[in-house]
Amino acid sequence: MNEETKNLIQSKINDNEVCLFMKGTPDAPQCGFSMAVSNILKILEVNFQGVNVLETQELRDGIKQFSDWPTIPQLYIKKEFIGGCDIVKEMYENGELKKKLEESSISFKK
Amino acid sequence: MAMDLKEIEKFIKEAIPDALVDIQDLAGDGNHYSATVVSSQFFGKSKIEQHKMVYASLKGRMGNELHALAIKTKEK
Repeated sequence: MNEETKNLIQSKINDNEVCLFMKGTPDAPQCGFSMAVSNILKILEVNFQGVNVLETQELRDGIKQFSDWPTIPQLYIKKEFIGGCDIVKEMYENGELKKKLEESSISFKK
Repeated sequence: MAMDLKEIEKFIKEAIPDALVDIQDLAGDGNHYSATVVSSQFFGKSKIEQHKMVYASLKGRMGNELHALAIKTKEK
């Protein structure tokens, strides 16, 4: 991964408390897994930044290296990697996601 | 490129020998699977670490030959 891509990813994570690297955008997701996580955040009324990794091949490959995680979507909360679709769905279902948001002082619909 | 259900199970069991593995072909197309993996080796590890162990067992196939594998891990 080149330095420029790495810096771009890091700045997205630094500048957005809740940052979702996804295929497509929150309004037009281009993959069911990205849509699922985006929808969970919308249901919880979390203010999040979607980053469309399909914009460049560097970003699409780079985020996998950056997080050491082979799939997309990838969710970051307050610079911490939370997980991909399976983990976020599980955390949503068992209440851990709300707990995480609460602990991170992120506003959401309770 | 698709991967066979048995092949996925074999890779996971090779890497995590005590694992109980249940794989479902979700769409019947040999391309969208779910795997439930139960192992004592997950004990004390975070969900991210647990999922990374499963991804690692597939030796780079995840996201390549294997497009979609929903993972659920449990401690035994």
